[in-house]
Amino acid sequence: MSIDSKSRQGWFSRIAHPGQFAAWTQPLLWPLVGITTVLFGVGLYFAFFNSPQDYQMGETVRIMYVHVPNAWLSQFVYVIMAVSALGTLVWRHPLADVSMKAAAPLGAVFTALALYTGALWGRPTWGTFWEWDGRMTSTLVLLLIYLGIIALWRAFDDQLRAARVIAVFTLVGAVNIPIIKFSVDWWSTLHQPASVFRAGGPTMPPSILIPLFLMFFAFTFLFLVLHLKAMHTEIRRRRAMGLERRAAGALA
Amino acid sequence: MMDLGPHAIFIIWAYVGVVVAVFALICAVRIDARRVARRLAALEAQGLRRRSDAP
Repeated sequence: MSIDSKSRQGWFSRIAHPGQFAAWTQPLLWPLVGITTVLFGVGLYFAFFNSPQDYQMGETVRIMYVHVPNAWLSQFVYVIMAVSALGTLVWRHPLADVSMKAAAPLGAVFTALALYTGALWGRPTWGTFWEWDGRMTSTLVLLLIYLGIIALWRAFDDQLRAARVIAVFTLVGAVNIPIIKFSVDWWSTLHQPASVFRAGGPTMPPSILIPLFLMFFAFTFLFLVLHLKAMHTEIRRRRAMGLERRAAGALA
Repeated sequence: MMDLGPHAIFIIWAYVGVVVAVFALICAVRIDARRVARRLAALEAQGLRRRSDAP
């Protein structure tokens, strides 16, 4: 190993140490809150006052500006959890455990919102709130996986042991992500195929794409803020649990 | 007031639901953070320190 790679490893280990991570990311929180607020303000303005109605869906296209970002986050948060699960199993990094645990409730809420807004968009568009088709059913399965992971975290007293078990469960559950993504291609569904992130480029005009991307970034920054804050809390919770164990050990 | 058409109720409920859920999520994260901070402060007030904090 060269001197250079040793120093790089040292730098990475330093910033990824849970205590150090909390210290250097703490000053980022309020600027991120500011960016999120501005993005939501501008995004909502464009969504309601500076975008046309759709020629087929009419005004209900405005539901898309909250549905698509939540649907995107429902999968993105799970990918973050799956990458963290790899960090837990392969490198046994405590920050990976923290990231995995902090992300689960956020992913569950974004998934529930994707289903909720999808149902409200589906009723006027398709004539039904719900259909057991590939996209909707696989998204409901994703919500159940999130809830299962949250329940597992609460079931274990030993959080280190919990992290190993949940990391395996998370990686097994990750098989659902490509199923959600390709469900509209594999099966005949009510849900439309991809119209934003597709090989041939988006099928929408800029007047609809601009508010969609603004809301997409607003929700993504909201997740970043909440994930960071929840990670800081989890790092403190583990520190408190460590101190409680020390106190109990001193008494025994 | 802008006209949201015949399906206004679906649009309004979609946004109301998102606002309520996001607000509840932000509150839950902040309340949890405050509770844990108080718990940690109480432990440190008892003089408990991690080994790595020792001088």
